[in-house]
Amino acid sequence: MYLTILFLPLIGSLISGFGGRWLGCWGSSLYSTLCVFFSFLLSLGAFYEVGLCGISYHVILSSWLESGILKINWGFLFDSITVTMLIVVTSVSSLVHLYSIKYMETDPHVPRFMAYLEIFTFFMLILVTADNLLQMFLGWEGVGLASYLLINFWFTRLAANQSAIKALVVNRIGDFGLTMGILLIFWTFQSIEYSVIFPIAPLFENFSFSFMGANVHCITLIGLFLFVGAVGKSAQLGLHTWLPDAMEGPTPVSALIHAATMVTAGVFLIIRFSLLLEFSPSILCILLIVGSLTAFFAGMTGIFQNDLKKVIAYSTCSQLGYMIFSCGLSCYQVSLFHLFNHAFFKALLFLSAGSVIHAVSNEQDMRRMGSLVNFLPLTYSLMLIGSLSLAGFPFLTGFYSKDFILELTQVSIYNNSFYVSFSFWLGSMSVFFTSFYSLRLIYLTFLNNGNITRPLLKSVHESSIVMTLPLVLLSFGSLFFGYLGKDLFIGLGTDFWKGSIFVLPINNFFVEAEWVSIINKWFPFILTVFGILLASLINITEISKYFILKLYKPTFFLAFLLNKKWFIDILYNRIIVMPLLNFGYNTTFKALDRGFIELSGPLGFSIFISNWSKVISRLQSGLLIHYVFFIVVGVCFLFLILTQNSLMFSINPKMLGIFFILTFYI
Amino acid sequence: MISFFNYMNVSISLFLVSILGIFLNQRNILIMLMSLEMMFLSVSFNLIFLSIHLDDIVGQIFSLLILTVAASESSIGLAILVIYYRIRNTIAVELTNLMKG
Repeated sequence: MYLTILFLPLIGSLISGFGGRWLGCWGSSLYSTLCVFFSFLLSLGAFYEVGLCGISYHVILSSWLESGILKINWGFLFDSITVTMLIVVTSVSSLVHLYSIKYMETDPHVPRFMAYLEIFTFFMLILVTADNLLQMFLGWEGVGLASYLLINFWFTRLAANQSAIKALVVNRIGDFGLTMGILLIFWTFQSIEYSVIFPIAPLFENFSFSFMGANVHCITLIGLFLFVGAVGKSAQLGLHTWLPDAMEGPTPVSALIHAATMVTAGVFLIIRFSLLLEFSPSILCILLIVGSLTAFFAGMTGIFQNDLKKVIAYSTCSQLGYMIFSCGLSCYQVSLFHLFNHAFFKALLFLSAGSVIHAVSNEQDMRRMGSLVNFLPLTYSLMLIGSLSLAGFPFLTGFYSKDFILELTQVSIYNNSFYVSFSFWLGSMSVFFTSFYSLRLIYLTFLNNGNITRPLLKSVHESSIVMTLPLVLLSFGSLFFGYLGKDLFIGLGTDFWKGSIFVLPINNFFVEAEWVSIINKWFPFILTVFGILLASLINITEISKYFILKLYKPTFFLAFLLNKKWFIDILYNRIIVMPLLNFGYNTTFKALDRGFIELSGPLGFSIFISNWSKVISRLQSGLLIHYVFFIVVGVCFLFLILTQNSLMFSINPKMLGIFFILTFYI
Repeated sequence: MISFFNYMNVSISLFLVSILGIFLNQRNILIMLMSLEMMFLSVSFNLIFLSIHLDDIVGQIFSLLILTVAASESSIGLAILVIYYRIRNTIAVELTNLMKG
């Protein structure tokens, strides 16, 4: 059963990919959807057995690599984290498959699309079930590859090509960090299997090595490298630029990448390595700061985006920031709980956005929508559920995980940590931003006056049942999962996690968070409501005109800055990308490859030979006296060599060489 | 022993003079042929002297051979010279530069 979960998507992908020609559009869609759906059913079984009954499975298939001390197996580990991720991945993936049957109906390459979606799911499953780092790395790279293929699905579009390459290359930076982390783990622990690393991690708590005079704490360095990997994959601040650009793919792809699979891989890595990272306080601090900055930055940028999908993309980035800084607070289970909930409401948001885009004939700009509530009531209500859940409205799914993360940051009042209060303020501010842009999206798309052209408005229609059914299912998830899963995942004293998550007792804020003062508990909710009210105020009343007239000039630059994503892309292009490309062309290619190396190598040698052959052939002038001269000189020279040792004089070899060279200049 | 060095000196200096005559001479191919003859003479003189000095007949046989070779060689050389003159109408060495490398 456990291996079938993994291999059903692989088989589905291979068959719908290679056999798509014979299966046809509907055949391959149905086949691959069924494969993932059965995988989902089986992972429900796995969740029951592993999560609820408390049995941990470790399947070792065969040996992969054996070289000296390095032994790597094809092993699959099913513990609590894994089965939670399995549920997330397979459920969202099967709903996305179902959705894209109808969404991609008119596309000529449906079998290819289905094969890519399936292989994406398969690599994600490999990533979460791996029992060693190399196999996890296989899934990690495979997910990156599949994201490339999916973002680039409409490969005739230049923008899709560019953003796919960007996604792959920016991810590779993180992958390099992960590779270094894996090598360092092998160097330190002499093994890369989880079952070896984690039990002996406490022994290495104070282990450090000397590198160029500096004393490096080993676990901190490992954690740093792993965090670089997570930054790339989970789009944290610094390497987040690929995520908004990944919107170039079809909408179900965005739902899969942003909700369930790819971006959660980095958070999953951090959660998986909780048993190691706990022993390095500085790494936890970095997680806290970078995560909260990401949440703040992305939330603030999301406000001024006008593309329907980019708003949701930035909210993904912001929520991933929450997850990472929750890890930094050593509350890995809360992070995973938020990941679990986030998958449902973000998939809901993306698929609803896809439904809207489908309805208005592929128009993505929110400014050209509006008043769609009359035409798409179902999509409107589903998207409202998703948005309110994202904003952390009480008793929806997002509330249970997100507000708990904010409560966790509020324990800074008790332990007086500067960093935690820093992340508290940033996190709280981004709560406000989140609710503001969620409601702004709702208003601009559905409630404000319409800006659609009349011919387009005539063709607006609610999507078919195949597209709305996944939305309805996901909306049930967004409504109820938080309440249902709360006690299981983050309840006080829950034994769901067993040994898979470890928190040092000194880092455990978990219990204190339950006893923060009542006003602090209300604080995020007040910010949420404030954001909702502000969005309503601006969009319902005429106050926006006042804003435009009176506050336009002072706020213009800020709005412009935020709309252009803080100019980070441009800065990266100017400071890093273009100089690197120029270096590659001018220095490496023109100066070194085509210049120095070629001149001192084949090209230079051939020029040297042809020049000297001309010089030497010019010696044959055709004049008899010159020939005679050379004959005589040659004979003398021969005598010189033959009689060098026997005669009374012995000539200096250096002088001989000089003489030889001088003969060329005659 | 003095006579040994004198004989050797005569033959070697004759040889060197004829070499100089070959490649210091810029114009006349006849002088080159004469120098060549002189070179043969000095070699055969050297051979004869050494055959006397070492009391060995082989040197004289060789010098007889060289005489015949030199005679035939100079006749062929002169024949080539005549043909060359008939075509080019000149025997100046410095103008024979049609075959460049």
